[in-house]
Amino acid sequence: MSYAKSKFRHPNLEVNDIGLTYRDYEGVVSTLCAGCGHDSISASIIHACAELSIPPHKIAKMSGIGCSSKAPNYFLNRSHGFNSVHGRMPSVTTGANLANKDLCYLAMSGDGDTASIGLGQFAHVIRRRLDMVYLVANNGVYGLTKGQLAATSDKGAKNKAGEISPFNEIDLCVMALQLGASFVARCFSGDRKQLVSILKAAICHQGFAFIDIISPCVTFNNQANSKRSYDYVQQHVSTGAVSDFVPVKDEISCDLPSGNYHDICLHDGSLIRLYKVAKDYRSDDKLHAVNMIEAHKAKQQILTGLFYVNPAIDTYHEVNQTSDTPLNQLREDALCPGQRVLKSINGSFR
Amino acid sequence: MKKTDVNHYQHYLNVVDCQQACPAHTPVPEYIRLITQKRFGDAYMLNWQSNVFPGILGRVCDRPCEPACRRTRVEDKAVAICRLKRVTADYKEDIRERLPKAPKQTNGKRIALIGAGPASLTVARDLLPLGYQIDLFERDSKAGGMMRSQIPQFRLPHQVLDEELDYILDMGVNTHFDHPIKSLESLLSQDYHAIFIGTGAPKGRHLHLPGFDDCKDDINIGIDWLSGVSFGHITQAPKRVVVLGGGNTAMDCCRTAKRLGATDVKVLVRSSFEAMKASPWEKEDAIAEAIEILADHSPLKYQRSEDGHMRVSFEKVISSYDKSNNRTLTKTGETLDIDCDLVLVAIGQDTSFPWIERHIGLKFNDWSQPVLNKATLQSTLPQVFFGGDSAFGPENIITAVAHGHKAAISIDLYCQGKDPENRPDSDFNLISQKMGMHEWRYDNQIEHHQRRNVPHIDWQQASQELATEVELGFDEKLALKEAQRCLNCDIQTVFSESKCIECSACEDICPLDCINFIDDIPQSGDPETLLKGKLRVEKAHSEQDYFISDKLNTGHIMVKDEDVCVHCGLCAERCPTGAWDMQKLILSNIEATIK
Ligand SMILES: Cc1cc2nc3c(=O)[nH]c(=O)nc-3n(C[C@H](O)[C@H](O)[C@H](O)COP(=O)(O)OP(=O)(O)OC[C@H]3O[C@@H](n4cnc5c(N)ncnc54)[C@H](O)[C@@H]3O)c2cc1C
Ligand SMILES: Cc1ncc(C[n+]2csc(CCOP(=O)(O)OP(=O)(O)O)c2C)c(N)n1
Ligand code: SF4
Ligand code: SF4
Ligand code: SF4
Ligand SMILES: [Mg+2]
Repeated sequence: MSYAKSKFRHPNLEVNDIGLTYRDYEGVVSTLCAGCGHDSISASIIHACAELSIPPHKIAKMSGIGCSSKAPNYFLNRSHGFNSVHGRMPSVTTGANLANKDLCYLAMSGDGDTASIGLGQFAHVIRRRLDMVYLVANNGVYGLTKGQLAATSDKGAKNKAGEISPFNEIDLCVMALQLGASFVARCFSGDRKQLVSILKAAICHQGFAFIDIISPCVTFNNQANSKRSYDYVQQHVSTGAVSDFVPVKDEISCDLPSGNYHDICLHDGSLIRLYKVAKDYRSDDKLHAVNMIEAHKAKQQILTGLFYVNPAIDTYHEVNQTSDTPLNQLREDALCPGQRVLKSINGSFR
Repeated sequence: MKKTDVNHYQHYLNVVDCQQACPAHTPVPEYIRLITQKRFGDAYMLNWQSNVFPGILGRVCDRPCEPACRRTRVEDKAVAICRLKRVTADYKEDIRERLPKAPKQTNGKRIALIGAGPASLTVARDLLPLGYQIDLFERDSKAGGMMRSQIPQFRLPHQVLDEELDYILDMGVNTHFDHPIKSLESLLSQDYHAIFIGTGAPKGRHLHLPGFDDCKDDINIGIDWLSGVSFGHITQAPKRVVVLGGGNTAMDCCRTAKRLGATDVKVLVRSSFEAMKASPWEKEDAIAEAIEILADHSPLKYQRSEDGHMRVSFEKVISSYDKSNNRTLTKTGETLDIDCDLVLVAIGQDTSFPWIERHIGLKFNDWSQPVLNKATLQSTLPQVFFGGDSAFGPENIITAVAHGHKAAISIDLYCQGKDPENRPDSDFNLISQKMGMHEWRYDNQIEHHQRRNVPHIDWQQASQELATEVELGFDEKLALKEAQRCLNCDIQTVFSESKCIECSACEDICPLDCINFIDDIPQSGDPETLLKGKLRVEKAHSEQDYFISDKLNTGHIMVKDEDVCVHCGLCAERCPTGAWDMQKLILSNIEATIK
């Protein structure tokens, strides 16, 4: 068993704008099961952050409990991180974000961590429009505790132990749309190209970005009848539009492609370029998005891609008119302005 | 795309860079692993089987394996493959019992070998155990060829040479020393079943410049002068010596002159310092012994002054290269005169066959080289074979050994009445190295330490003692550490399409970005062109091939660039289905892989 990757690198490895290669964004060697979809998500995050040239110290990795929530140890080991309590990552992220809104909050959760124990926290953090990227590695089971069915499993789904789900599934994308998320997408850990470009867009998006990532659990939910197995997903996945991320610096220089595409300009000036596969595809209409998701489900298909984006929404800090300077950078005299100011505040309540 | 053919061993042998680059295809990583287990005798025998002279080659091999070493593509320096070979010779136990023996009953076939250099001795070693009767004819009074007459003792001590020559001679060679062959025609009349000619390239070239005749008493051909030293005819050198030429002969000349009393030794070479033919380590050692190397100097004339002193004049030149690396020398007009007492000319050597009659049916080409079948080394006289420097001009010991193996196979086939072109090939086996879940039979951790230098005696002392070996060799501790640097390139990454579920775990874990899952490319053609821009990282070197799979379940293909894989086994460790496995390449008959 190897505990470390060789330090040797490919001599032609690309160097990004801040002089780093993707290998500088790696974490320790994963201890997840060999072949776990979560490892592909980690790899996609590594590549997305490297390609965006984000200084690693500008990222905070947030997570709860689960195999998926362990994954942040396997990427970005030069970044900040907080591995919190089961289902409580949203609160911890809210606190961190309040204290320092300058960091990019990259949160990794599981379908157990989010759709069961953390469902309430999930709902509220969306409603509060926290500026963060919320990823769910959706494998239909509680991997870490040996494969119990998760609330994202369809009615009738059978896990490896033979247990059958008696209830309807929770569709986290539909929930996120309904609760007001301004960026909602579904991806498959096995479709690296789509995942990396949507991740990059989510990171650049200002506001709450949610990506539900189908991520097969090779150990507890990859059996023949599973709907989250590699085989099943590879055969049933479909997309409404192929997305490409165009960073700000490339926008002017790159040739415009031919074909049916549609550009969405993000807050920082970068673009998401969507090549439509389905004729009726659109990404600015929640109701339409929900319909598309459900229509595909009825056809036994898993729709992936960017479902909805609103690049111009006010986020938590704007709504609450918080100070421009992050709280952790305010000096003591600004944070505790003293008796005189306290008196005048109290006076205002009289 | 076309799937890589892995039904033959060639793809896998190519992956083992050093083994492929070694003319004799020595299984390098396997012997280095044996060193790490302190199985020095086994490591020696494995070498001996392939390259016949591990103790000798571990000191003086030209080491084509090292520039090929995979490590040079992921870091600065190759594994010290050559010096680890010496370690097997230095630390082995007595292996004489393990050497093959000639059967008591011969097979009735008589073979004559001409010249007792490494090429002939390899033929003897390969044919004796098969029952052939071997007559060896050598002009000199001892065996070894240029390994004895040319290579100085401070690089190759005679006891090392004698030990390994005796392993072969003691197998039962009928030696005829001090016996130059003066006529091939008369040897042919002695009814040998086959004759092997391994007479080397013994004729050194002179440099005839204006003034040559006035100075010729003090101008020597380098290789003749070196053999004079080796046989004890020359024991002194004058104070000021100029060596002309930039190859290994020049390096041996200058270092020998220093040891024979010269105090001012200069090497002058027309090429640039970098382009000199001498191996980098030979140049380094000469410089360490306070020898001056003056590159970019083209000799103009020799001069003898009234008072009898000699002077050589040079013109400074500039080397430039065109796109296809052809050199042009531009004269600068700037000249340099050097006064000296002895000039050693080391600008090349040629084969010489005055003793082969031209009417006996053995054809020569326009350059007076025998016309040979490259694959069999057979001449136009079917019972006569060539090998070593005599075959295609001067090369090196390991090439002579490889020729010897090849010729021995040809001779064996020929003597059985078979066509030497119809050659046997090697069988190959791939043995899984898996042991339990994620354990391997080999040490797959990558050692990042840089190359260790070989200890040597003090340079001051070195340049005074003719027969003292300069290098001390690795001690056991250093040897074990250096051996860890080997990347085990013979432990192959073997892929089975039917098991792959396309989870991309291998692609993600690979530290060197070797593995790619891409859309199939319908066109056919040169893979490097077709794959341009399609892989994670652009190919860095063209030496190594791709390993291309059949179509997978989703229609994608797996393309692995073998170029910088460090054989760490992580892909196989992270694969959930065992679609990757680490398997050791074993060739059953390595001599037959020499093509
Ligand atoms: C100065 C110098 C340094 C070298 N250093 C190295 C080195 O460090 N590493 C390396 O790999 N290579 C080195 N080489 C090259 C290497 O020595 C030769 O390539 C190698 O020895 C060739 O082997 P061979 O068997 O073909 O012939 P040789 O070794 O040349 O042996 C030929 C033998 O045939 C005998 N012979 C010739 N004609 C007749 C005849 N008519 N009848 C009977 N016998 C005859 C000769 O006496 C000689 O013993 C060096 C060469 C020189 C000149
Ligand atoms: C408060 C609390 N309740 C229960 C658990 C047990 N537990 C650990 S992980 C887990 C489920 C994780 O499932 P998911 O988030 O889907 O992660 P996966 O392992 O599938 O990636 C549970 C219930 C816990 N650690 N803490
Ligand atoms: S149990 Fe499942 S989710 Fe957890 S590491 Fe293994 S494969 Fe991944
Ligand atoms: S052994 Fe596998 S993981 Fe290691 S470098 Fe080679 S291809 Fe990559
Ligand atoms: S890890 Fe194994 S199963 Fe997964 S993609 Fe690689 S070879 Fe295929
Ligand atoms: Mg789960």
